Amino acid sequence: MDHALLALEDGTVFEGRSFGARQQRFGEVVFNTSLTGYQEVFTDPSYTGQIVTLTNPEIGNYGANNADCESARPYIEGLVVREFAEVASNWRSEESANEFLTRHGIPVIAEVDTRKLVRKLRMGGVLRGVIAAGDVDPQELIDRARRSPSMAGLDLATKVSTGQAYDWNESVAPCSPSERIGAQAGGQYKVIAYDFGIKRNILRRLTHAGCKVTVVPAGTSAEDVMAQKPDGVFLSNGPGDPEPLEFQAAQVRKLIGKVPVFGICLGHQILGLAMGAKTFKLKFGHRGGNHPVLNRRTNKVEITAQNHGFAVDADSLKDSEVELTHINLNDDTVEGLRHRSHPVFCVQYHPEAAPGPHDSHYLFQDFINLMQDSKRS
Amino acid sequence: MPRRNDIHKILIVGSGPIVIGQACEFDYSGTQACKALRADGYEVVLINSNPATIMTDPNLADRTYVEPLSVAYAEEVIRKERPDALLSTVGGQTGLNLSVALAEAGVLDKYNVELIGAKIDSIKKAEDRLLFKDAMRSIGLETPQSQLCTNVEAGLAFAARIGYPLILRPSFTLGGTGGGIAYNREDLLDILERGLDLSPVHEVLIEESVLGWKEYELEVMRDLADNAIIICSIENFDAMGVHTGDSITIAPAQTLTDREYQMMRDGALACLREIGVDTGGSNVQFAIDPKTGRMVIVEMNPRVSRSSALASKATGFPIAKIAAKLAVGYRLDEIKNDITRKTPACFEPTIDYVVVKIPRWQFEKFPGSEPVLGTQMKSVGEVMSIGRTFKQSLGKAIRSLETGKSSTAEVYDEELIRHRLITPNPERLGYIRFAFEKGYTVEQVHELTWVDPWFLRQIHEVVALDAQLAAKPMESVDKVTMRKAKRDGLSDSRLARMWNSTPLDVRARRKELGVAAVFNRVDTCAAEFESFTPYLYSSYESECEAEPTTRKKVMILGSGPNRIGQGIEFDYCCCHAAYALKEFGVESIMVNCNPETVSTDYDTSDRLYFEPLTLEEVLNIYDTEKPDGVIVQFGGQTPLNLALPLKRAGVPIIGTDPANIDLAEDRKLFGKLLEELGIPSPANGTATSEEEAIAVARSIGFPVLVRPSYVLGGRAMVIAYDEDTVRRYMREAVVFSQTRPVLIDRFLEDATEVDVDCLSDGEDVLISGIMEHIEEAGVHSGDSSCVLPPTSLSVAERTTIESYTVQLAKALQVVGLMNVQYAIKDGKVFVLEVNPRASRTVPYVSKATGIPLPKVAVGLMLGQKLKDLAHLTGGQTSGVLPVPQYFVKSPVFPFAKFPGVDPALGPEMRSTGEVMGVGMNFGEAFAKAQLSAGTPLPDQGCVFLSVNERDKQHAVELGRKFTDLGFTLAATRGTAAVLQAAGLQVKTVFKVNEGRPNAVDLLKAGSLQLVIYTTTGGHSFSDEKAIRRFALTYRVPCITTMSGAKAAAEAMASRRRDPIRVWTLQEIHEKAESAVQ
Repeated sequence: MDHALLALEDGTVFEGRSFGARQQRFGEVVFNTSLTGYQEVFTDPSYTGQIVTLTNPEIGNYGANNADCESARPYIEGLVVREFAEVASNWRSEESANEFLTRHGIPVIAEVDTRKLVRKLRMGGVLRGVIAAGDVDPQELIDRARRSPSMAGLDLATKVSTGQAYDWNESVAPCSPSERIGAQAGGQYKVIAYDFGIKRNILRRLTHAGCKVTVVPAGTSAEDVMAQKPDGVFLSNGPGDPEPLEFQAAQVRKLIGKVPVFGICLGHQILGLAMGAKTFKLKFGHRGGNHPVLNRRTNKVEITAQNHGFAVDADSLKDSEVELTHINLNDDTVEGLRHRSHPVFCVQYHPEAAPGPHDSHYLFQDFINLMQDSKRS
Repeated sequence: MPRRNDIHKILIVGSGPIVIGQACEFDYSGTQACKALRADGYEVVLINSNPATIMTDPNLADRTYVEPLSVAYAEEVIRKERPDALLSTVGGQTGLNLSVALAEAGVLDKYNVELIGAKIDSIKKAEDRLLFKDAMRSIGLETPQSQLCTNVEAGLAFAARIGYPLILRPSFTLGGTGGGIAYNREDLLDILERGLDLSPVHEVLIEESVLGWKEYELEVMRDLADNAIIICSIENFDAMGVHTGDSITIAPAQTLTDREYQMMRDGALACLREIGVDTGGSNVQFAIDPKTGRMVIVEMNPRVSRSSALASKATGFPIAKIAAKLAVGYRLDEIKNDITRKTPACFEPTIDYVVVKIPRWQFEKFPGSEPVLGTQMKSVGEVMSIGRTFKQSLGKAIRSLETGKSSTAEVYDEELIRHRLITPNPERLGYIRFAFEKGYTVEQVHELTWVDPWFLRQIHEVVALDAQLAAKPMESVDKVTMRKAKRDGLSDSRLARMWNSTPLDVRARRKELGVAAVFNRVDTCAAEFESFTPYLYSSYESECEAEPTTRKKVMILGSGPNRIGQGIEFDYCCCHAAYALKEFGVESIMVNCNPETVSTDYDTSDRLYFEPLTLEEVLNIYDTEKPDGVIVQFGGQTPLNLALPLKRAGVPIIGTDPANIDLAEDRKLFGKLLEELGIPSPANGTATSEEEAIAVARSIGFPVLVRPSYVLGGRAMVIAYDEDTVRRYMREAVVFSQTRPVLIDRFLEDATEVDVDCLSDGEDVLISGIMEHIEEAGVHSGDSSCVLPPTSLSVAERTTIESYTVQLAKALQVVGLMNVQYAIKDGKVFVLEVNPRASRTVPYVSKATGIPLPKVAVGLMLGQKLKDLAHLTGGQTSGVLPVPQYFVKSPVFPFAKFPGVDPALGPEMRSTGEVMGVGMNFGEAFAKAQLSAGTPLPDQGCVFLSVNERDKQHAVELGRKFTDLGFTLAATRGTAAVLQAAGLQVKTVFKVNEGRPNAVDLLKAGSLQLVIYTTTGGHSFSDEKAIRRFALTYRVPCITTMSGAKAAAEAMASRRRDPIRVWTLQEIHEKAESAVQ
């Protein structure tokens, strides 16, 4: 049986069984509480720099398939699970989760007491850690974890962003003959999407809602964006700390008031920064598919998919032009903002889901409506 | 949208007796609803005919009616109480049906009662198959192709169009009663005819088969503001074709990607919104074609269901409690999550463990029925287990079942593998493991069973591990391997068998290696937030979250899965033990594995361990908690079986000494005790071989009662009138007796049976109830109706019974509860059986007397005396507790679910539940009990009599009573001659084998309204059986004992004489109290 270790900066070492690639990788150890959608988690670029622990103890059961990838490859640094199924069972499965991760060079440690790990992270906050397979000196791993860079202050978004602009044409496709997606609207709105680590399902949802999307690199200037005369600008999700992204915040500041802007996750934090807010690092973040968010405009609760380690500070928005539209009912953190006078809005959570509930798909329509209004006036 | 202030008084409708398909999960939901609404300041009125429930305890609702769940009685309750609203969704299908009936009869409008929970239109849309299909189609959800048929011709036409197999579901029946799968024309005709008859609206839905598809359920909740959440996803191990209630199920769903799961979630929410369930919980079932992913919606229940109870226990999210709050106006985000305290209930629980549910079947009690599973539910109970992985959880679930069979010692037949895998049956899981042992591959087993390969693969891996472990001696096993074995769910006893060791030695060895159980918490959130409720399960992880306190504490061992003979009555006692401990200032620790019960609600006790009731698991908890005492006398036979081993392991058992409990079960020792006390018992002996049994039977004389030792509910008990029966029994009963001998007693014919419950502190004895059975001795006490107070006992008989009871309690040094069964023959009192523990009748007696027996018993077990607890017993510390009115308890039988089984009563218990009737006289109480039991007595028509020789002398008196009440009489030749000789007008009817028209023809023609057919002796003849079966099918009450017939006559007289009247338990007991003062 292949031995593997997970060493944390606080000196804790978890023993387990090695799957996936036999590589040593470091990262910030975080946990995700979703019961479904491990493949979407693996391939979400927002997990760059992170070793992901899944609280669902049975992982790999339904294998992996190309359609459920959120980007071209997995972005997690490593995976920590309780049980890892080597054989998959699902009609859409193309390979096992193990084959998928091995192929992409991602190490997995299984048979770990993930609940103990999660309790540690919840109580003490996220920790840096190292995954290694084989016989390795645990102390060396602990030292390596301590030497690895902290997530705070780290710009990862520009690293995972696309090198070149490209057009996106793919819409949402049903996963079963019984899935009702609804008709795709005609592509009448030209949208420039900043890629900070964008998930494919955001692009599919935008396309489905009626956008013609061009994805641009994180370093694109506001002038270059406006030169393309877009109907709207989208700011994507992505990994790392938003604060170092000063250039991006500055570009967004220039866009506000000129064109409708919609941001998700990191895009929301950048918009917040652009509108004068501050951000801070959460103790252990929000990662999962069950977070209740209250839409204060409709007074309805949405169950949302979340994946973020930083948040916008509500206090920094007092007396500003910004309306706090959504709040997290678990811990009252900011989940959505809207500019009081300009067509600008954003959410901290993931309305595109993948993985997660579909309660918030309406936000894509809101973006369309905003562009429509703005076009009219 | 906060609490509604325009309503003040709410009527909750319970679910009535425990039947297959509707068990104590609705006691759980009703109890939660009562508690939640009262905590919010509403006045709660409750109607439920089941006295064994916690919800009908006088302190749970403000006003409690143990009355029939019929429109007439419910209307009387409404007339008297004038509630503002009726909560329809927590009382199962019965509660929902009664709510609809009350609305349709205009009662709700007449008294201006608002239906809350689900509205009539929503209920109809969900329950009416056609409306449901149309509704689903309108929102783009597929349903299997189907047609609603009201006659056989329509069914045949549909079959010609779609082809076989076809699924048949009669409308509005419990647990899919009368449904089935038709593989050909013959099946179709058979099932369709029965289904049309059983459906109260004479409709059967015939559906395209989705056999072999994967089956899923989602538990959904919605509030008035349209916030909707999924509480839990459940995946069935058994593919479509097996009723969900009979399927092994797993939570959360294991084999769906996020895309597929979200498609199902979207479907479930759309369904809820379209049906219009505006508040509360519902469950939605889906099937998915494993080849294409095509998904169809199978059905939805617009109410709290069996799956809701399971989902509540599986996640820690109290569905019924929240449903009740939503029904009175709260929003989901206005309610806090009890477990995290900080976060709202408006979220979707996520879990970091795997839950497995396995049903418990009892086909062995219904000879003649085929142990095959299909679309009609047959299981009588279920267990749930929690483990960190599916493997661990499955292992725990299997041991929770207490089938008495060990997985490897079980004799499987290699020849039968294919058949047992193809046809769903109670043994299939065992056969899957056996097939793997015999070299079958996952693919082969999947093709035969349609069980998802992922589940099969897990089982295959455990079988492989088994083989690996068995190959080496225990001494050579290292820590890593031992830990692996425990993490994969292998029990100490299973390891002991493969290593030729004992479970305790394996335990010692693994602890030496540092492999010990720890406890994790069920917290709704996978540890994302701190949990404040000690709701625990064992695992072999590395961190223990039990955090035991240093308080004085007592552990209560529960009763495990419901089964015939050990059901909700024992859960009632265990819950009361927890409540009582709280009042006595002692911390309560509950151990149980039954997800349907109130005892496994995390707020019933201070600490809840959801664990199998095995020595291994109980010792694990003991090691962690170190309780000051353990209560074993409240959970039925399950904890009693553990009492002595626990005591030997040094666990302090409180109450009656386990050695004395054991003494009462030991024929020889107990016989000696009776002799010493001079208390008579029927002549008896024990036997361990066929020849010995014959010898004993000859020496004590026929008829004899033969049974195995240490069983509950008269399992495998028969009355033998001849040697052949004894021989046959000895050959067939060995499985049940194992090393224990068979007990043989002289059977007292035509004796009156009496059940006595008492409380004892070892010095004083307080008799809490003397219950006279309606049926004579020979009918199992659990299957006999009984009455409090007794109606026909002489003063001398009562005095003797009292004196014997006191002597026995003292001799056995009973501390707590004791139950004694007596038979009275020709004025002489015999002791049949003594059980120094809580009995099945404790809740019934508690409700009739108004004295909380389990609470007093707990006080006694904690060391107090009856004198110290006199404030709880109305000041009495000896004698017999008074009973203010007449209370009749009647059993409810599942015969309708088991075609081909003779519904005659006998010494083997077969009832699943009970009801109570309350009256000013015996007849009234009995009439109400019969109505509640689903066998209402007629008010006019023809009574059919066919009685055996012994009973003929009483037939005349009986016939005259019926004639006086205006009934006509029909009888078979012999009985008719006797009646005619006495001058009664009677129509002579053929027996089935005598010609036509015979009794069965008359039944079918609707010409008979009551059947009295007493048995002719040791075994029933096919003629008798046919009549009893047809009576059952045509819902004509059928009475098989003379004493039962007499009681029926009195009840029918009461129906003529007494008005419809109802009393709350509270007013009955208040009246009694003031009468005493």
